[in-house]
Amino acid sequence: MTRRHTRVLLYALLVAFALFYLMPVYVMLITGLKPFEQVSVTRMWELPRGVYLGSFVKALEKLGPNFKNSFYLTIPAALISAFWGSINGYVLAKWRFRGAEALFLFLLFGMFIPYQSVLIPLVQFLQRIELYGTIPGLILVHVVYGIPITTLIFRNYYAGIPNEVVEAARIDGAGLLGIYRYVLLPLSAPGFVVVLIWQFTSIWNEFLFAVTITNNPARQPVTVALQNLAGSQIIEWNVQMAGALLAALPTLLVYIFLGQYFLRGLLAGALKG
Amino acid sequence: MKYSTRERIGILLLIAPAVIAVGIFVYGFIAWTFFISLTKWNSMIPDFTFVGLYNYVRLFQTLRFQADLRNTLVFTVLFLLACLTIGLTLAVLLDRGLRGEGFFRSVYLFPMAISFVVTGVVWQWLFNPRTGINLLFQALGLEFLQSRWYTDPTILFATPVGRIKFGIPVALIPVVVAATWQMSGFTMAMYLAGLRGIPDELREAARVDGASEMQIFRYVIFPLLRPITLSATIVLGHISLKIFDLVFTMTGSGPAFATDVPGIFMFETTFRGNHFAQGAAIAIIMLIMVALVIVPYLFYSIRGEAEL
Repeated sequence: MTRRHTRVLLYALLVAFALFYLMPVYVMLITGLKPFEQVSVTRMWELPRGVYLGSFVKALEKLGPNFKNSFYLTIPAALISAFWGSINGYVLAKWRFRGAEALFLFLLFGMFIPYQSVLIPLVQFLQRIELYGTIPGLILVHVVYGIPITTLIFRNYYAGIPNEVVEAARIDGAGLLGIYRYVLLPLSAPGFVVVLIWQFTSIWNEFLFAVTITNNPARQPVTVALQNLAGSQIIEWNVQMAGALLAALPTLLVYIFLGQYFLRGLLAGALKG
Repeated sequence: MKYSTRERIGILLLIAPAVIAVGIFVYGFIAWTFFISLTKWNSMIPDFTFVGLYNYVRLFQTLRFQADLRNTLVFTVLFLLACLTIGLTLAVLLDRGLRGEGFFRSVYLFPMAISFVVTGVVWQWLFNPRTGINLLFQALGLEFLQSRWYTDPTILFATPVGRIKFGIPVALIPVVVAATWQMSGFTMAMYLAGLRGIPDELREAARVDGASEMQIFRYVIFPLLRPITLSATIVLGHISLKIFDLVFTMTGSGPAFATDVPGIFMFETTFRGNHFAQGAAIAIIMLIMVALVIVPYLFYSIRGEAEL
C-alpha cells in the first residue's frame, strides 16, 4: 500500500466516523424543518420540501418560558460557584497547611457521588427553608454540588502560578485576602473562563435535580420541559426535534466558539491536572 | 512556611464555608439517606420505625432490582468496550497530524456539550422501530440487522438467575449506542492528550532499532497509554453506574424492565410511589457501587500527584 492509499483510507475512516457523530444533528434539522404532515416514518431521512419554520416557532412557544428559567438558573449559579471555587482553590493551592490534602479529597468525593444518594434529604431540606420548587433553590443546589469540580479546576490552575509571587507579596506585608485580590485574581481570567464554561454547560444540561426539585411546569428548566414534550399523547416529532435542537443550542454555541476551554474543563474532570 | 495567627484564622474562615456546605449536603445527607433506608418510611407519612436491613433484603428479592443489576453490569461492560475502542481508534487516526485534524476532533467531541436529555430524545427517534436506523438498514440491504430495538423484551444469551434471565437485553443496545455516541469523543480526547505526551524520541529510537509501526504501537505506545485507559475506565465506569437521564428520556424502564437501571427505579419509587425507605436503599447501593470504583482511584491519583 502506498502512502497515498493510506491517506485516502485514513480520510475515509475519519469521514465515516464524522457522519456517525453528525447523523443525529442531520435528523434533528431535517425533521425540525418539516411540517407535521410531512413527517412520516417511511421518509425520515429525506430532506424537507422547502424550509418550514413552524415547528421551531411551536417549540419556542412551548419551551420559551423554560428557556428563560434555564438562563435565570445557569448564569447566577455558574458565577457564584466559579467565584467560590476560586477562593477554595486559592487557599488549597497557595496555603499549605496540615490536612490540606485530606480536606481536598473530602471535597472532591462530592463530585462523584450518585446524586440519588442525597436527593431525599435535599428535597426535605429545601421544603424546610421554603426554596423547594423554585429557581433560587435550584441555584443553591448547583452551587453547593459544584464546589468539588470548581475547587479542583482552580486548585490546579493556581498551582501553575509560582509560589514566589505569593511569597513576595507576603513579605511586602500583603494579607491573605490582599494576595488573592491583588495578586491571584488579576491572573485568574483563564481559570474563570474554563470554570464558567464548564458550569454553564453542566448546569444547563442537568436533569435529575431539575426534575426532582421543580415540580411546577412554569418553573422548570428547559431539559425537563423537553422531556415533558416527549411525554405528550401524539408525538409531534417535528416539534420535538426542533425543541431538542433549541435546547442544545446555547451549549453548542459555547462549544463551537470556546471549545478549547471546554476541553480543559473536561479533562480536569478526569483528574489529570 | 510559618503562618501568623491572623493568617491561620483567615485560612480557616476562607475554606470553612465549602467544608461545611459539603459536610452537610454531601456527607450529612448521605448519612440521613442511609438512616431512612433502615426505616419503615414507605408511604406519604414519615415513619422512622427501625427495620434494619429489611429494605435491602426485599430489594434484592424483587424482579425489578435484579433486572437493574443485570442491566447496569451489561450496560457498563458494553459501553466501556465501545468507548475505549472507538476512542483509541480515533485518537490514533488523528495523532498523525493530518490536515483537518482540528475539524474532525471537534466533530467527534461535540456530543459532550449536549444534554443527555437531548441525546435521549433524538436517539429515541432514530431507534424508533418503524423508521430511523431500521429504514437505513433496509435501504442498505442490511435487513438482517433490523430489530424492534427498545420495544423488544428479548434477552440474548439468556440464563436464568434468581427471578430474571441473565444476558444481554436487546432493548439495551440502542441505549449503549446513544451513550457511546455521547462519550466516545471524550475518550478520544483523553487518549489524544496521552499520545501527545509521548516524546517523539521514543518512537524514533524504536524505529532505529528496526521496529515496525505495529510493533511500536504494541510495545511502546500502548503500555504508555495504560494510565489513560485506567482513568477513562474509572470516569466512564462511574458515569455508567449512576446513569439516569439518558435512559429515563430515551426508553424509560423498557419492556419487562429490559432497560431499567437503579437510577430510574430510585427516582420512580421515591418521587412517584412515595416509597422513601426503598428509594433510599437503592440510592445507598448506587453509592456503594460508585465508591468502590472511585475511592481507590482518588487515593491513587492524589498519591501520584504528591510524588511529582
